[in-house]
Amino acid sequence: MSNLLDTSVAPPWVSSRRSTGAAAALDHAAAAGARRAIHLACRGLQKSYRKGPLGIPVLQGIDLDVREGEFLAIVGPSGCGKSTLLHLLGTLDQPDAGVVTFEGHRIDDLPAAARDLLRNRHFGMVFQFYHLLPELTTLENVLAPALIAESTIGYWLRRSAHRRRAWELLELVGLAHRARHKPRELSGGEMQRAAIARALLSRPKVLLADEPTGNLDRSTGEQIMHILGELNRRERLTIVMVTHDPWIAGQADRTVHLAEGRIQQG
Amino acid sequence: MYKLLLCWRYLRTRYIALVCIISVTLGVATMIVVNSVMAGFTHEMQDRLNGMLGDLIFRSRSLDGVLDAEAHMAQIRQVAGEAIAGMSPTVHVPALMYLTVGGELLPRQITLVGIDEQTYASVSSFGKYLQHPENRRQLQFRLRDGGYDVVDHQADASVAKPRTVMKNAGWPWRRYKSMIDRQRADEQRLLESNAAATGSAAAAPAATQNPFQQMAAAHGEAEPEGRDFDPASEQHAGIVLGIGICGFRMPDGSDQFLGLPGDDVKVSYPLSVVPPEITSHDYTIVDFYESKMSEYDGSFAFVPLRTLQKNRGMIDPKTGLGKFTTIQIKLRPGADAEAVRDRLQNAFPAQLYQVSTWRDEQGPLLAAVHMETMVLNVLLFLIIAVAGFGILAIFCMIVVEKTRDIGILKSLGASRSGVMGIFLGYGLCLGLVGAGVGTGLGLLFVAKINEIADLLARLTGQPVFDPAVYYFYRIPTIVEPLTVTWVAAGAVAIAVLASVLPARRAARLHPVRALRYE
Repeated sequence: MSNLLDTSVAPPWVSSRRSTGAAAALDHAAAAGARRAIHLACRGLQKSYRKGPLGIPVLQGIDLDVREGEFLAIVGPSGCGKSTLLHLLGTLDQPDAGVVTFEGHRIDDLPAAARDLLRNRHFGMVFQFYHLLPELTTLENVLAPALIAESTIGYWLRRSAHRRRAWELLELVGLAHRARHKPRELSGGEMQRAAIARALLSRPKVLLADEPTGNLDRSTGEQIMHILGELNRRERLTIVMVTHDPWIAGQADRTVHLAEGRIQQG
Repeated sequence: MYKLLLCWRYLRTRYIALVCIISVTLGVATMIVVNSVMAGFTHEMQDRLNGMLGDLIFRSRSLDGVLDAEAHMAQIRQVAGEAIAGMSPTVHVPALMYLTVGGELLPRQITLVGIDEQTYASVSSFGKYLQHPENRRQLQFRLRDGGYDVVDHQADASVAKPRTVMKNAGWPWRRYKSMIDRQRADEQRLLESNAAATGSAAAAPAATQNPFQQMAAAHGEAEPEGRDFDPASEQHAGIVLGIGICGFRMPDGSDQFLGLPGDDVKVSYPLSVVPPEITSHDYTIVDFYESKMSEYDGSFAFVPLRTLQKNRGMIDPKTGLGKFTTIQIKLRPGADAEAVRDRLQNAFPAQLYQVSTWRDEQGPLLAAVHMETMVLNVLLFLIIAVAGFGILAIFCMIVVEKTRDIGILKSLGASRSGVMGIFLGYGLCLGLVGAGVGTGLGLLFVAKINEIADLLARLTGQPVFDPAVYYFYRIPTIVEPLTVTWVAAGAVAIAVLASVLPARRAARLHPVRALRYE
């Protein structure tokens, strides 16, 4: 408890270039509501997209806590802001108002380099359209986070360790036989499994999944959900999943409903 | 690491970008070819310019010259002796030369140069352009008994067309000519006696008489009185002509001659008196020189210094000292020609003497060549710059095409500078490929330039490198590594600069918007 609130210790994703005080400053509102094992949280999150002079509000004050090891599903109709919420949690975007905290530290106002590091090391992301890089093979796609994190020399020094980890993950998602194939040679389910393997490469603490089954048929979707469920149970991986499918949401520990930019109680 | 990997993959999968780099390749290749050929020409030209003149030229401003070369040379040595390797006094005078071809006198405007054959070789490489091997070793103004080069010794035997008439040049030719002349004179006499016998005493046409004998009759002072000059066994003072004065090259590369060593020519020039008077003397061609600089080969003729001084009345009757107009000075290797020139100019009154380096002498020509090279380089570099805009356009397209991938990379934690690095690196790779291939092509072209010129000539029927215009048989080229490096580096820099804008655009893409891009 105490170390979560300790402002004098910089979180590991804050680069040393940055002074610890302001950067790692806790949002006290969030901290006050934080209970033990709250892993990822947001308070009063607002976001609107600008369209000409008008701002179209997407999120209108979201409060959300994700516990450590929890499998949370966010459900809601299309356009209710689920993906935007996930992007904000994953620091891909910045909120207009409100705070996002990770392990008790505020992360939404970190400098770009620290957020890049955070996404690279601590968050794994899975998208509806898989988002694999078409020029790289499955194995290279899985290795991408390590390739991004390491310098050329650093990568070659630790190449075997990275590759071993990538092969393990490909085995885990059952894609070892497809390692040398380009994404366009894979089926949708295989691409999504490759994307999950990629998201897990740097041993993240949180997996953010944006409609991971949205583009797949029911049985393939079930496979994906099985993998996610196993990861959650065995590795105690915190998963935040966005979906519009109530059946898929049913696989999660807890479901939160989002409508018109707000969390619907009940 | 991902930057390198993605650069490499993009390079291998995006052929459109390789197409746009072709313009860079061609630009680089052209620049290398042009610079090599220009450098080759310039070097060849400078070599020959410098070869014909001394490094420094000490010149009297008077056409009549000044007395006592020895004293002047002693003073020059005193001023800058440590830098001087050799000196030779000469007399330069504009002259009119008459060649006799088929009984007609053909005038030629020349610069007659009186040289001291013992010392001239020490200031100029003039000797190596002569056509007789013995004369190349040591020039003598005596007609040789044959043995003149049939094949140009400065060219490849495989490309130079043999000059078969040179086989007979020298004494054999002279004897043959005099025999023909004598026969003609005998026939003439026979005709005249026949005419006299038949009573029609028509005057014999003078033109059919031997022009040498006419000349000898008009200017008998060249020969001792009371003795007949026998052209079959005697010669006048020797003259070495530029090969362009009495020869010309046909478009097919063969040479035609209006006269040969062994023929006599008549030269008119002003006497060294006031007011100038014109005098004429006979000389016998003893050799040709071929510097392959058409300006020199078509205008300079060399005669013995002492003969010219005597013929122009430049010898002081009291002391026997000759006048000179110029002292050619050869400097030691490494000597600073400009500095020595300035020292000498300061030591002698500028109203009477002018000291110049060979570069000063040929300043306008060298400046023109330099200018041409510069302008060509600027134009060609602009072509590469235009190619840069092609790269810019293609790169913008690629960034748009890769928008989603950029979003993915950012969601995986790639930084702005990392994304920018991919595209800058890609530009660098394309530049390296383009410049590398261009350099290779350019160097290959330079190495095979003569074969290519021959091929083009055969295909088009037009000689690309007309040997009638240029006296070289082959296109001279010099590859300067520094120039090649600069050209290649410039091309790479342009490719990188052209990719800066698209790379910045890619780096600034918002990850969410990029991910949603369809």
